[in-house]
Amino acid sequence: MKVITANRLLNGDVVWLGENAAWVERVTLAKVFDGKDDVDSGLAIGQQAEKNQEVVGVYEMDVTLEEGVIVPVRLRERIRAAGPTTHPQFGKQARAVSA
Amino acid sequence: MYRYDEFDASFVTQRTEQFKDQVRRRLAGELSEDEFKPLRLMNGLYLQLHAYMLRVAIPYGTLNGRQMRKLAHIARTYDKGYGHFTTRQNIQFNWPKLEDTPKILEELAEVEMHAIQTSGNCIRNVTADHFAGAAADEVADPRPYAEILRQWSSLHPEFSFLPRKFKIAITGAPNDRAAVQVHDIGLQLTRNDDGEIGFVVYVGGGLGRTPMIGRKVRDFLPEEDLLAYSEAILRVYNRYGRRDNKYKARIKILVHETGLEELKADIEAEFEKIRYGVLRLPDEEVRRIEAYFAPPPLEVGPVTSEAVEARREKDAAFAQFLAHNLNPHRVPGYTSVTLSMKPIGGIPGDASDAQMDVIADLAEQFGHDELRISHEQNVILPHVKLEDLPALFGKLVAAEIAEGNAGLITDIIACPGMDYCALATARSIPVAQRISERFGTAGRQAEIGELKIKISGCINACGHHHVGHIGILGLEKKGEEFYQVTLGGSANENASIGEIVGRGFSSEEVVDAIETLVDTYLGLRSGNEETFLEAYRRVGEAPFKEALYGAA
Repeated sequence: MKVITANRLLNGDVVWLGENAAWVERVTLAKVFDGKDDVDSGLAIGQQAEKNQEVVGVYEMDVTLEEGVIVPVRLRERIRAAGPTTHPQFGKQARAVSA
Repeated sequence: MYRYDEFDASFVTQRTEQFKDQVRRRLAGELSEDEFKPLRLMNGLYLQLHAYMLRVAIPYGTLNGRQMRKLAHIARTYDKGYGHFTTRQNIQFNWPKLEDTPKILEELAEVEMHAIQTSGNCIRNVTADHFAGAAADEVADPRPYAEILRQWSSLHPEFSFLPRKFKIAITGAPNDRAAVQVHDIGLQLTRNDDGEIGFVVYVGGGLGRTPMIGRKVRDFLPEEDLLAYSEAILRVYNRYGRRDNKYKARIKILVHETGLEELKADIEAEFEKIRYGVLRLPDEEVRRIEAYFAPPPLEVGPVTSEAVEARREKDAAFAQFLAHNLNPHRVPGYTSVTLSMKPIGGIPGDASDAQMDVIADLAEQFGHDELRISHEQNVILPHVKLEDLPALFGKLVAAEIAEGNAGLITDIIACPGMDYCALATARSIPVAQRISERFGTAGRQAEIGELKIKISGCINACGHHHVGHIGILGLEKKGEEFYQVTLGGSANENASIGEIVGRGFSSEEVVDAIETLVDTYLGLRSGNEETFLEAYRRVGEAPFKEALYGAA
């Protein structure tokens, strides 16, 4: 089970590919891809977005579902989805608290 | 300190304009990311885990109050209110937007700063002893030579596409505080029997995945030959250094694979061809550059101060600060003060915009407007009058940069690790924070004495773990963070690469393991004066191994 991720070109923000080829700010809102063909179709959308100067560094990453919520498998991607563990006031985790 | 001449000013301005246009073309779709990436890297702009990161050069770690205030302004205006001092005397901003970077570079140029050659396969910022120009043990100030090397290496067309990055460090003192033996070129200022200035030259030191101590190629290189000889080394490296495998592309691998004698002969042969050419350093040019680094007027004063002694008696924190954070100054009545960027439980090397502003004020008020960044991620006021110490300390306490822990177990070097870095395999900073908390009481730190812990979050070794008295390397094993411990490393004039002590530790175990090592040392040292490193070199790894893993 995978999602497609990248950084926004303009500001570097971490984003994931959501529905309708939109880039979303939360991994929990990402579209899940299963199987090689499915993942390739997601990567193709990502590559098009790179060509359109929307995002950079597109790649796929493993996720799992915990109580129905998308969670990255690797620690690196969990940190990337939340922000530095040393700075809970920065990154996406800051917004998560107020949301 | 050095002031830009017309040439410096014009090339930095041109480069800023160029980059502004490159960003415009990237955003307009005229440049792809593949085309743009090498251009942004040449200007110090990386893409990391959460955002872009901008690395700004601080040449040989020297800056003034106005420049520090500009860094504070950039942190406040374009970033999230802090910056991070690195192990190469630079500063990194962790959250700049691509669209803001041309403006940031413009602001930096206003104070004679830039981000050129802080990344990429070129000659990087030349680093130097952070007590340069002030230390009592100094043969000569290394910064004029670092500046000459900066001018020679900046935008050097022949060396803009080296096989890999290239790092030069220089120390002016026999006590090496610049880690010169773990750089691609290490220079140690010395005098020959006739009293003339020259350099001991080391080549091929480095850390990373293949740590090596530099090999001595010259016992005495005359001052006038500095550039010609450096150029000869770079030419040999540029020609023969491997380009087929980036992990074997540093000059240390070339030294290793070619053999020292053959490589030395290649360097000398190249040197002979060019030594009497344009790179020969005229004496008047060296003296002209040296004049920029003329020390501030410092009046010789008493070597003790009543005010200091009175405060030492009644203030334990001040006494601790005096015991550890001062370095002997060549002028009686003065001292060099380390401002610790290692608060107990804090993030090594981070400084808030407010702290940077305070540091700028203090440099102007107490330090003849001079500041240094150390490769150990601290800030130095090189010229402080002894009797100013109580007043200075009061302001440091208010700014939370008064920890008296320089050189102690909580003065940890740590790379940004997986909290920021796209290359990291484990976190570094949280391990540093937990060690700092474990050992952070004043009494315990002082009892343990000098102990350098260095932590890297991957094998690229930005945290210099190979040369830590205790080194910690963060890896990933079965999806979990995992830490390998090395013992006996050192980056001073008796440099050594640490040895792996045994199997690694989980994140939960690693701080306990460090405590076991420290307790073992305290139990076997010959006296309070024997440091951890000295004790380790005397007894070897066996007692430490046994304490960690039990009898074999």
